[in-house]
Amino acid sequence: MSAAFDQKIHETLADPKLQLAIYKATGRLVEERRKAIEPDLCPDYQELRTHANAIKRHTIEHLDHYLEEFSRQVEAHGGKVVFCKDAEEVSDFVLSLAKERRAELIVKSKSMTTEEIDLNERLEHHHLESVETDLGEYIIQLAHERPYHIVAPALHKTREQVADLLTERLGVPRETVIEKQTMIARAVLREKFLAADIGVSGANFLVADSGAVVIVENEGNARLTTSAPKIHIAVAGIEKLIPRAQDLAVFLKLLGRSATGQRLTVYTSFLSGPKREDEIDGPDEFYVVLLDNGRTKVLADRDKRQSLYCIRCGACLNHCPVYRKIGGHSFPWVYSGPIGAILTPQFLGVRHEPGLPFASSLCGACAEVCPVKIDIPRILLELRSEVKKAEARDGAGRLERLAFRIWAWVMRHPRMYEMAGMAAASLAPSNGDGWIRNAPFNAGPLRAWLSQRDLPPAAAKSFRQMWRER
Amino acid sequence: MSREAVLHKVRTALGRNAGQTVDEPPPARLVVPEVDIEARIQSFCERIEALAGKTYRAASAGMVRDYISTLVAGRTAVASNAPILRECGIDLLPGVQTGITDRDQLRAACSTAPCGISGADYALADTGTLVMLSSPQEARLISLLPPVYIALVARARLLTGLDELLSILPRPAEQTSSMVLITGPSRTADIEQILVRGVHGPGEIHVVVV
Repeated sequence: MSAAFDQKIHETLADPKLQLAIYKATGRLVEERRKAIEPDLCPDYQELRTHANAIKRHTIEHLDHYLEEFSRQVEAHGGKVVFCKDAEEVSDFVLSLAKERRAELIVKSKSMTTEEIDLNERLEHHHLESVETDLGEYIIQLAHERPYHIVAPALHKTREQVADLLTERLGVPRETVIEKQTMIARAVLREKFLAADIGVSGANFLVADSGAVVIVENEGNARLTTSAPKIHIAVAGIEKLIPRAQDLAVFLKLLGRSATGQRLTVYTSFLSGPKREDEIDGPDEFYVVLLDNGRTKVLADRDKRQSLYCIRCGACLNHCPVYRKIGGHSFPWVYSGPIGAILTPQFLGVRHEPGLPFASSLCGACAEVCPVKIDIPRILLELRSEVKKAEARDGAGRLERLAFRIWAWVMRHPRMYEMAGMAAASLAPSNGDGWIRNAPFNAGPLRAWLSQRDLPPAAAKSFRQMWRER
Repeated sequence: MSREAVLHKVRTALGRNAGQTVDEPPPARLVVPEVDIEARIQSFCERIEALAGKTYRAASAGMVRDYISTLVAGRTAVASNAPILRECGIDLLPGVQTGITDRDQLRAACSTAPCGISGADYALADTGTLVMLSSPQEARLISLLPPVYIALVARARLLTGLDELLSILPRPAEQTSSMVLITGPSRTADIEQILVRGVHGPGEIHVVVV
């Protein structure tokens, strides 16, 4: 584990206000989801998951075909598809289009993909103003932070912090009433929507048979982003495809329920191309940017390519006992929680944060709630193995490997195992409650092991002893 | 730019060749229950009201006109060019601006008018959802910019739910460049999970079932 990861975790654990905020917000989302999938409200919930998994598997296994069908359909409706291999190609495309059209202001709706490639920073570096319009995203853009949660980006901010931010950045009188804060943001952003030259959105789904971009939201900012400016650019990862519009019957039901417990979100936009002849409003130009940025690397791994089924509902974060303690900003990349723990090493390499796949109790809650049934714990185990192999290649972790070799030998020799158990129990210090913690071993190899683990006190009698005496 | 490069990487990753055939995807899963029209209307109204929307059932054009006239109540409104609005005489109500075909004029009208009035192409009973297909008669901003939104939907257009919609419109892109499902007023809970309505879109929604 890197020092930065360790430090952020400890900072989060030591902040009681933040702990409460995370606990309350994720707890509420867990409860809303639970109510929405109750059998009398959603009797076919498990069938929907199975079906969603089958559709995603099929689409990912034939992704080239669906990408081509999607491109043909977008072009048939007068739109353009731009394939980009990385972040730089996306910003180059947006910048050159902005330059050609003399655009100065971009409005953005929420998109994890554009967070992944730091699109705002790249555009602002070239003096192009790019404003986030989802309320939570707007707040974290004002704070120069990254999203704390996939669906609730400003989950960690209190109304007092928001009040300070609005006053500091917008020069408005301090306002701590949430309704009024929201209306301040509405007024500022309304002006931006009406003045913007380009709207940049993400996409929840790309529909191959229709050439359509599907966006779900509650605020209406994505609708404004995609219908007020004359140019709409949707940026999406290549894995967002589904074969048919009819498949939305499965995915929309799962996404709203899993994310926020809604049967459908307030707005679902199904956008296929620029405005048509005689339509009064809507964009004149429609672009879909299809981003690789490491996805084809994930795709090449037969066992782990299911990571690309993710529909970004955030349910695995809300249910994760680790996320609920260490929060979103402890994670080393924009994707946090269990899905972040499997995406980050695959996109950025296992050496980026070797501790990440280990920051899990493997309790399995994430897999249980995943609407597309990604087997996150299994992928975490495989990534742990890859971390250890990489360490071995780097010549690190010799002591740990030796310890495990000895352990394996002891485990295969029952008498040895019993003796070792007795020896360990008699050596273990008892400080108060009998738990073995890091403190007594402040040096040496045991420190590394115990820094992340507390051991329960040894039982008075071992199981073998009790078995003999029964 | 990188079209062929990305497609090549995708094919290599999957061990597929260009133009290689594809098996049929798993069958579409659409379940359309039998629900009589009265039950559909009732479910639709209940769902919208649960989301803090308002509903009204009108038996005649005159009732629609009177109801909308009280809602607008001396304020101004932008109405779409949908035939159902004309049939109900909404275009003749005082303060209602309609017949706009120019984009800039529409934007200006929608960003100042307190009310927007349009038709909905379909409604979904089990979720309380309005389905809007944009067209020369139906602009997008009318249901989006004014803080109060009023929708008219014909009783015969009340479907059971999303599955029925997608079985009637298997390819929405053949009919429209934009199909939007609206389920209740615009809302956010981004600050401390406190629900606030009308953050960007209308905070107040009224649906008249004709």
